Amino acid sequence: MSERNGGVVQASGLTKIYDGRPVVDAIDLQVERGECFGILGPNGAGKTTILRMLIGTTPPSGGRLEVLGFPIPDHARVMRRRIGVVPQGDNLDPDFTVTENLAVYGSYFDIPRKTAAERIPGLLAFAALESKAVAAIHTLSGGMRRRLILARALINQPDLLVLDEPTTGLDPQARQLIWQRLRSLLGQGKTLILTTHYMEEAERLCDRLVIMDHGKILASGSPQALIEDHVEPQVLEVYGPGVERWLGAPGRSLCERTEQVGETVFCYAHDEGPLLDDLRGHPELRFLHRPANLEDVFVKLTGRELRDG
Amino acid sequence: MSSPLPSLSLRWIPVWQRHALVWRKLSVPSLVGNFGDPLLYLLALGYGLGRFVGSMDGMPYITFLASGIVCSSAMNTATFESLYSAFTRMTTQQTWAGMLATPLDVDDIVMGEMVWAGSKSLISAGAILVVAAALGIVHGARAVLVLPVALLVGTCFAAMALVVTAISKSYEFFLYYMTLVVTPMMLFCGVFFPLQGLPMPLQWVAAFLPLTHAVEIIRPLMTGAWPARAPLHLSVMLAYGAVSYWLATALVRRRLLA
Repeated sequence: MSERNGGVVQASGLTKIYDGRPVVDAIDLQVERGECFGILGPNGAGKTTILRMLIGTTPPSGGRLEVLGFPIPDHARVMRRRIGVVPQGDNLDPDFTVTENLAVYGSYFDIPRKTAAERIPGLLAFAALESKAVAAIHTLSGGMRRRLILARALINQPDLLVLDEPTTGLDPQARQLIWQRLRSLLGQGKTLILTTHYMEEAERLCDRLVIMDHGKILASGSPQALIEDHVEPQVLEVYGPGVERWLGAPGRSLCERTEQVGETVFCYAHDEGPLLDDLRGHPELRFLHRPANLEDVFVKLTGRELRDG
Repeated sequence: MSSPLPSLSLRWIPVWQRHALVWRKLSVPSLVGNFGDPLLYLLALGYGLGRFVGSMDGMPYITFLASGIVCSSAMNTATFESLYSAFTRMTTQQTWAGMLATPLDVDDIVMGEMVWAGSKSLISAGAILVVAAALGIVHGARAVLVLPVALLVGTCFAAMALVVTAISKSYEFFLYYMTLVVTPMMLFCGVFFPLQGLPMPLQWVAAFLPLTHAVEIIRPLMTGAWPARAPLHLSVMLAYGAVSYWLATALVRRRLLA
């Protein structure tokens, strides 16, 4: 079946209600072939529930959903032949070696043993696990496991990859390695849908994304467009003793907008010059000057920090 | 997904194969148990207790006991696999969740679990048959028919146990089922002594329990006779198995696909 209207995912009014409470609240999504689409939001925003509806492991309470042209959940089984899923948790088979994990997972797709065996060396190379082919799962590091789970999701040569927080809990190096692999998959023309609460991940990987909170989409667009549309380009993060007093005068008058999160004051401006000049006269205050990012968009839209959800 | 009845297909086979592959890796200790336990029971109870009991139901006690143990082993093996091991795959290991991200559905997973647990019952019954044959207490080649019956018995008890697994919050919950359902069947369904020794009300209850019907088929087959009313006994077990499969599938769907 070919995708109608070229969309890999078409969702309108998609809703999921648990115990009378909407965890996904009438959202519209459109994911195009070949793009990396991000769903960014704090824990509990409804990201995982959206993914579960996409792959058909939970039926929507309302709305319309098509994935790869298949109506979901009615045709989820056929659709799943053509997708790969990287779950949030580690569900590798602890009783099997690395290679066996790939082969057995392939059998769930009815992939002939011989075909799977032909694909496995390439997948191991992709995951940089060639030297671990017969290793037991418990001997792998967290990063290796994630890469194996990613390789496993590719055993059926999917058109679409669905990744639930693919780098959560990984150290920076391991995270970089996963990002590199995901970019190479995009280079091969695969479509990626990922959830994350790391704005850096979303900024680096995603062509387009939605920012979510409480089951609703707050904003959508490319990372750059979101930043340009919603926040001023320059940010000063100011903290230290007396920051509140400084904010009262002259801080607030020097910037276009401020947000306070915890002990830190975020000052937004198009021209940061006057702010910097003033702060140099306040040695008790510490500050960080940086360009605006998705975190700032999220803070503006929700008044909360994204990181700690 | 929309139909309330499980969809039947052969897609359970990869699930079964996965479990078989794990078993193969850990098969040595498993087989030691399969052969060792019945051997010890038959030697201790069959010869030890049998000396005092003499004959039971017209056969040496060890022969009576061996055919009973085939049945209780089939029940216990499948029950244990479908409670503890299946629960681990459903929760801690998230094996089922992994399968559900592929073209497999809950119906396939539950069927695969059931047939696999039944297969383990077949292995255990086969081991006991071998031990019993070596002790010279198996009569005739028709005892081989015990194997497919053990597969059915195991699959039936697996389906029943999967119902419990589907609603269980922890491993502790299984003790209720073991103590209130499995142990009474082991003691009151004719494994260790004939039902006729029990008060009438208990006999009446026993007549409705699946293990009684397993014993009624397997004991004659192992001792050189043909089971009386075999279609009835097979139907009872099939009914328990089918209803439980339907229920287990519905409950697992509710649990995992909510």
